[in-house]
Amino acid sequence: MDDRTHRPARRIEGKSAAPGIALGPLVRLTPAKYDARQHRSAAEEHQALVDALAASQAHLISLAHEAGDDDEAEAILAFQIALVEDDNLTAPAFASIAGGEVANRAWSAAIDSEIASYDGASDPYFRARASDLRDLRDRVLRHLAGETDQTVPVGAIVAADDMPPSMFLATDWRGGGLVLRRGSPSSHVAILARSRGVPMIVGVDVDHLENGRGALLDGDAGFLIVDPDTDMKANYCQRRAEQSEVRQAVASFSGPALTATGELVRVMINVTGLAELEDLDPAHVDGIGLMRTEFLFQGREKLPTEEEQYQIYRRMVEWAAGKPVTIRTLDAGGDKPITGLTQAGDINPFLGVRGVRLSLRHLDVFRLQLRALARAAVAGNLKVMIPMVTVPEELDRCRALFEQAVEELRREGREAQLPPLGMMVEVPAAALTIEDFSADFFSIGSNDLIQYVAAASRDEPQLADLARPSRAVFSLIGHVVNHGDRSGRETSLCGDLAGDPGQVAALLDQGLRTFSVTPGALGPVRAAIARYLGPAA
Amino acid sequence: MNKVRASVLMRHEVGLHARPSVKLTKLAKAFESRIDLGLSPDGPWVDAKSIVKVMATKAPKDSTIYFRAEGTDAKAALEALVTLVDGDFQDGR
Repeated sequence: MDDRTHRPARRIEGKSAAPGIALGPLVRLTPAKYDARQHRSAAEEHQALVDALAASQAHLISLAHEAGDDDEAEAILAFQIALVEDDNLTAPAFASIAGGEVANRAWSAAIDSEIASYDGASDPYFRARASDLRDLRDRVLRHLAGETDQTVPVGAIVAADDMPPSMFLATDWRGGGLVLRRGSPSSHVAILARSRGVPMIVGVDVDHLENGRGALLDGDAGFLIVDPDTDMKANYCQRRAEQSEVRQAVASFSGPALTATGELVRVMINVTGLAELEDLDPAHVDGIGLMRTEFLFQGREKLPTEEEQYQIYRRMVEWAAGKPVTIRTLDAGGDKPITGLTQAGDINPFLGVRGVRLSLRHLDVFRLQLRALARAAVAGNLKVMIPMVTVPEELDRCRALFEQAVEELRREGREAQLPPLGMMVEVPAAALTIEDFSADFFSIGSNDLIQYVAAASRDEPQLADLARPSRAVFSLIGHVVNHGDRSGRETSLCGDLAGDPGQVAALLDQGLRTFSVTPGALGPVRAAIARYLGPAA
Repeated sequence: MNKVRASVLMRHEVGLHARPSVKLTKLAKAFESRIDLGLSPDGPWVDAKSIVKVMATKAPKDSTIYFRAEGTDAKAALEALVTLVDGDFQDGR
């Protein structure tokens, strides 16, 4: 049976980021091939820009074909295509490359001067075109950086340095898996992978992985086997079959979650869109504890309209059939950049303009979202929470803007109402002074809280021991839960901590009675709650 | 060489914005002649085949668009462009 291409199985260690098993061919996504630090000749820089412009043009044309009947999308793409074909736009970039500038800076400088002239226009229509030019600028820059829109075949095990959430969302993961060098179990791609049931490991030296080799990814134990032998494959096929049985059994579990002492605990789910609700019966959960809206904004040509957002929010509220649906306003920035909105080149993005800080600086975008939420609030049990609140004034401003949006809608003759407005507690300053905030409810974002308390990035594999739930973190959680109990306001926890069965008892010890977890963790978390016998004496 | 001039009143409700500009430059590029566009009979003139330049005129509704063209197909070019603007950019192309 063995032939010359047979190689012994090779096991490569990583760290589990999303459970599950995948078997398939390796697809190695090539890392950035453009490095501005390299000294390259003007001719090479010239060619790099020529190639990036051609690739952007080709991609825009194929997008325009896909847009089909969508007239607006077609018009926007046609404008960008005309721009990228216009020598008047590109000539200054080529001139500055001839003068010794590197391609990415030359291109940015050329198009930024155009963007500035649109930004300064008195006519709001012309001002709005600046975002189209930014979109084009970033598209060409992505091509220059080698981050081309690589498509991934179905069923492949993808190996890469890192992957932006927009690319993860654009990929068909059926039967496939993901292997990354960077990222961590709490990065946003990992959150998505767990939520969508895509096996994933991180911290893997991907340089020596060869395209096309057969591979077996074990997202439970955190390793990859290249060239697995037949026995290994058979063994894993069986395990996969067993796992899917267990998963089905868990999914069919319903009824309230009770501790061993009979205390009721609410278990809600975290979602990113309607797709995840398709196979889920609202009877099996106590509501949606966190709907992350940033994924509605990512990987698109233009920001979603009020109507588009309203339709999605309304359908979620309708799905929940009276159970609470907690929608978080746009939490962009940090590791979730959005074209045309977040700042590129933020030196320290997690301590930068993100969450509510960004929303309050882009009131046009924020107002649209608040309007869509105020309209959806009429349809059912909607709650809205604000991310990254640091001082009480931020929440007060959001409430005032929300009230304005409701008034405005009513003046226009539309139905609208102000839903309960809560805050995420993820900045230590807010957790410590939680009494000062006039929030209707609290939701603890443990992922960010942990990294801010420990001053250790959750994306740095070497600091995994620091970026974990310490006594300091639990003490802050206890403080917030106590305040919530005393003031009659609900406190939930929606970070990964809530979905870790090993931490459930510790959280219940702090008085937490509302958990929000990825749908995949519902079964294990309920089981851990059912084992809880009360605080250790 | 053939030199031609023409002018036409633009009634498009938001002026010479992205969609009309794309149509106008596309049509202009279909001709070999050099074609310029301006908002007064004396210019300043910009290249009617450049979306960047045409959009930069930021021509509002009810402006008169002036064209001048030079080349073998200059006359046909300006006739086509005037028809496009006069027909409010409803060209069905």
